[in-house]
Amino acid sequence: MAKQIETFVRLPDRNPPSSTIGFISWLRQNLFSSVTNTLTTILFCYLFYLYIPPFIEWAIINANISGSDRSVCDANKAGACWTFIKVRLDQILFGLYFASNPEQTWRPILALSIFTIILIPLVMENIPFKKWLLLFMLFIYPLIFIVLVYGGFFGIPVSNTTQWGGFLLTFALAFVGIVLALPLGILLALGRRSEMAIIKALSVTYIEFWRGTPLITILFMASVMLPLFFPSGVEFDKVVRAMIGITLFQSAYTAEAVRGGLQAIDRGQTEASMALGMGYWRRNVLVVLPQALKISIPSIVNTFIALFKDTSLVSIIGLLDLLNMSQTASRSLDWNGYDIEGYLFAGFIFWIFCYGMSSYSQKLERKLDTDRRAE
Amino acid sequence: MNITVASEKTMTSETHPIITISNLNKWYGKFHALKDINLDVNKTEKIVICGPSGSGKSTLIRCINRLEVHQEGSIIVDGTELTDDVKQINEIRSDVGMVFQHFNLFPHLTVLENCTLAPIWVRKKPKIEADELAMELLKKVRIPEQSQKYPGQLSGGQQQRVAIARALCMQPRVMLFDEPTSALDPEMIKEVLETMIELADSGMTMLVVTHEMGFANKVADRVIFMDEGQIVEQNNPENFFSNPKSERTKLFLSQILNH
Ligand SMILES: Nc1ncnc2c1ncn2[C@@H]1O[C@H](COP(=O)(O)OP(=O)(O)O)[C@@H](O)[C@H]1O
Ligand SMILES: [Mg+2]
Repeated sequence: MAKQIETFVRLPDRNPPSSTIGFISWLRQNLFSSVTNTLTTILFCYLFYLYIPPFIEWAIINANISGSDRSVCDANKAGACWTFIKVRLDQILFGLYFASNPEQTWRPILALSIFTIILIPLVMENIPFKKWLLLFMLFIYPLIFIVLVYGGFFGIPVSNTTQWGGFLLTFALAFVGIVLALPLGILLALGRRSEMAIIKALSVTYIEFWRGTPLITILFMASVMLPLFFPSGVEFDKVVRAMIGITLFQSAYTAEAVRGGLQAIDRGQTEASMALGMGYWRRNVLVVLPQALKISIPSIVNTFIALFKDTSLVSIIGLLDLLNMSQTASRSLDWNGYDIEGYLFAGFIFWIFCYGMSSYSQKLERKLDTDRRAE
Repeated sequence: MNITVASEKTMTSETHPIITISNLNKWYGKFHALKDINLDVNKTEKIVICGPSGSGKSTLIRCINRLEVHQEGSIIVDGTELTDDVKQINEIRSDVGMVFQHFNLFPHLTVLENCTLAPIWVRKKPKIEADELAMELLKKVRIPEQSQKYPGQLSGGQQQRVAIARALCMQPRVMLFDEPTSALDPEMIKEVLETMIELADSGMTMLVVTHEMGFANKVADRVIFMDEGQIVEQNNPENFFSNPKSERTKLFLSQILNH
């Protein structure tokens, strides 16, 4: 044995063969590994060459941004008309009330800034007091939003919801849908796993009913059918109606996402808390849900993304969200014909938010994955 | 060594059984899992339950804190019969500690929080008191230095000792153990058994499902052998091991003692 140890010679570490590392070999392995792969690469390079440079020329190089009316754009049709977006920005982002009262735009700007400032630490890791930030976001922030955007307090003039629109409306609908659907969805998910047959049946029926109905139908029903059940003259706020419809719809999807998390929690967790004398609510609130929600955050966020995009459907009841407001603006007499710019801008804003949520959920998924492997 | 959780109440009525199980029958669907079980457990008594896998050992002790519902017969714990009354069940459960094979610690809480959760929310203890008691019991199971860690950071043996401390924090009158060492690596079994022996010495009433015959020999007042949902025989450890009455018991003992 001793002899063997003496004769052991430690081999020096060598680099891998140069043909397997570096940029060239990456290209070879990923883009030109086979004939099909090479042909696909060439085809797509050609398509990119055909479409990307002209788009960049139109959208950036030749684009118009100066001036304050359509004359600049009409004189240079080879470029996009961002002047339109610039001039109508208040309308597209904040709706008609703030577009016609530009001195009030600080209100939505402040409201959205506060949201951003709370959101950033919420999605970062290793931030203390996250729980408090979350509670603030869920319970205090909506009040701040109402005071600032709706007004009516502290001498802030009221901006009627009939004049809400643009990104601000999209944001308000999505926020309410998300925040109210979460507790409702949690209750429904618990209900669906309840041992009480009635509760279970009710939850299943509710979830399957709303999941099986398209949002557009729900919004339509909320707008046309609800008033039929009430004496004429009772005027429902359209925005509130949309919020109710969206919340009912969204809660069914949140419920299914939460149920996925609940199913992943070992039965032993419930049994251990039962054995300690904890009742149903304590078991779920203190032991099961904290673990289940953590697991289901990625899928909950995915339902948020879907909802955020679906808010555009409120056009069916005559509300103008970000997309519809861009469209409306591009169809006004002043800017008729520049709807591509409007759609691109709206699409870009949607994309920023959805991509943000999607990256966040992917980051969480990776983190959960490594957490679980570490256990 | 005294883990002072079996309180003064224990002393007052030595003769009165703390658990009375009479004519207990339990079915899973159509499967008859427990058949005519009769068992009295006296205060401070230590009972070891053994038997082949699937014989109903877990089912029996899980019936005692109603993790399983029985269909016939009665179980009386500390003077209260187990019924469907949720409030009563929770009261009994808070007085009956349980330790599981797979620990079932709460992974999202620290060791200390695991131990104080139920005392704070069920017993309504002030947090400071709960923390103090928990630290005292964590010292008894010899892991006070781990109190701020999460269960996932501990070894299996340490986790099981936390689970024991967690149960003791409710100051139970009885402790139930369901194969507490069978998910552990051999080198960790000893540390958990030592903790359990100390607990037994402190006067705790214990029902332990285990195949650790050394432990049975050392602490049990009675060893119960179960097979096919029935109690086949029970005796004090000396007689149980040296001259088992039934063939079934002999076979079982030869199997587990000779490997
Ligand atoms: N939840 C259940 N549903 C159906 N059968 C069960 C359930 N739990 C246990 N059993 C059955 O009851 C019998 C006794 O199980 P158990 O008490 O776990 O045995 P032991 O702990 O002695 O190994 C076994 O045959 C098992 O398959
Ligand atoms: Mg078992």
